[in-house]
Amino acid sequence: MATLDVAAGRLGAASRSGALSRNARTVAMVWERELIRFRRSQARIVTGLAQPLLFLVVLGAGLSKFVGNRGAAGVSYQAYLLPGVIAMSVLFSSLFSAISIVWDREFGFLREMLVAPVSRTALVLGKAVGGGSVSILQGIVLLVAAPFVGVHLTFLNVAEMILLLMALSFGLVSFGIVVASRIQRIESFQVVMSLVVNPMLFLSGAIFPLQRLPGWLGVAVKVNPATYGVDPIRRVMLGDKGALTLGGSVVPIWAEVLITLAMGSAMLALAVRSFRRTD
Amino acid sequence: MEVEHLVKRFGPFTAVDDISFTVEPGELFGFLGPNGAGKTTTISILCTLLTLTAGRARVAGHDVGAEPDAVRASIGLVFQELTLDDLLTGEENLRFHATLYGIPRSELAHRMGPLLEMVGLTDRARDRVQVYSGGMKRRLEIARGLLHSPRVLFLDEPTIGLDPQTRTHIWEYVDTLRGEEDTTMFLTTHYMDEAERCDRIAIIDHGQIVAIDTPSALKASVGADTVTVSTSDDALARKQIIQGLGVEGELTTDGVRLRVPNGEAFVPRLFEHLTVGVSSVNVRRPTLDDVFMKYTGRDLRDAESGMGERMRMNPMVRSFRAR
Repeated sequence: MATLDVAAGRLGAASRSGALSRNARTVAMVWERELIRFRRSQARIVTGLAQPLLFLVVLGAGLSKFVGNRGAAGVSYQAYLLPGVIAMSVLFSSLFSAISIVWDREFGFLREMLVAPVSRTALVLGKAVGGGSVSILQGIVLLVAAPFVGVHLTFLNVAEMILLLMALSFGLVSFGIVVASRIQRIESFQVVMSLVVNPMLFLSGAIFPLQRLPGWLGVAVKVNPATYGVDPIRRVMLGDKGALTLGGSVVPIWAEVLITLAMGSAMLALAVRSFRRTD
Repeated sequence: MEVEHLVKRFGPFTAVDDISFTVEPGELFGFLGPNGAGKTTTISILCTLLTLTAGRARVAGHDVGAEPDAVRASIGLVFQELTLDDLLTGEENLRFHATLYGIPRSELAHRMGPLLEMVGLTDRARDRVQVYSGGMKRRLEIARGLLHSPRVLFLDEPTIGLDPQTRTHIWEYVDTLRGEEDTTMFLTTHYMDEAERCDRIAIIDHGQIVAIDTPSALKASVGADTVTVSTSDDALARKQIIQGLGVEGELTTDGVRLRVPNGEAFVPRLFEHLTVGVSSVNVRRPTLDDVFMKYTGRDLRDAESGMGERMRMNPMVRSFRAR
């Protein structure tokens, strides 16, 4: 009995002293794993790029004559669509990134993480940061299309955009984690997400401008949290004055970012709570 | 490890029904039982993966309910199902594990080499787990479970499906580990030779512990040798044995199986009473298989994951046995 206590004490002390740095390193490791996995699944990279490009090239070209030039900056429809498809790419991959949790559960790896002496919060943060960076990477790659649709970006524009994409992504990734924590099967996760992702995309102003919408649609757009993530991206990229009005006046960009961050934080808190109950 | 009056219910179903036992530090403790007896549930509770309904459990001196992180830091797991990341290499899987358990990089380098050597994966450590064979994955999993030198190691059928040579290697390493680091081992297995290695064995059936003792004491408790006699007409032979010797035998595919206190002395008497042609007689001292049979009514082998079930379901086997 005495030897057991000595051993336990020694181990306890060791684990206490390293708990904080171990959790920090765990976040980094879970994050790194998501990046490694992304790099090694070529199919995911290709499909992740193919869909937004299809929208930009086909939908953009097809509708451009019909729609004409848009916005205060008077840009072409394809230029208008570029920030939209970048947002769309981030929206899709962020929402679906948490599928890796369902995946890990199905293939047992989740257990390897859950029996480890690290906090559940560290695991969720790692997953959130990992899923977020992969999504943002996919969005950024689409910027190569900018010169072809007549959008000229400065280094500052790109930097601002990355920050805005982060703000948009982290709430969506967290929402995905909330769903993934309660779902056991990959198919169910996909079904739930498909129900969410399309309305969220179409009602966000990513595809069509927000001006002069029919009343009911205008309301739906304003209720959709993604709208406040997508609009700032367009404003930064196109030098747009902003099309989102509440009570007659244009919503300032800082308010949009604030709304997005607030939603994101609430979602992340919820994600941590849901994931804690996973077993 | 101390378990007191542990109960786990899933709705109306009681998976673990008031079990108590103690495992001493450094002990190799065998936990045997048929599938569905409550083995996996008990292990999951001890590993903090499930919460208990009632009772108390302490692992490495820490309460599983109150101090789950302290328990997690003290234990290592090798499960029968794989828990590796296929897209990562073997080395990356180990590095991930080392991070979770707070092993510094410098120490990792020292530990990883010998472990990979032991499981024979040194040359393949930089390949993705995707391309590993089933046996290689299992070996990597074992190396990973040992990586952070846990005080208590849970081995849930650790060598299932491995070739004898690798099993020998792994047991050599496990012995070394017990000698050097005084690691406590909690083992479930369907291999008799592995159960034989245990300091003590608990047999669980229907959520309750039906026997707990050293292998030799358990074998002594069976108290009988097994005599198997194969004849030209086993059914008739069985009847003759009941009438002549008052011993109730059991018909098996190998012949009539009898349990008697002194097998060698029994054989000559057996021949006196049989009129059917005898093709073979086998006398065997009690084994852990007999112990398992006595307490659970099943073969240790038969209880093996799914295999036994499939065998019983197979109509070919059934008709063969019915003859």
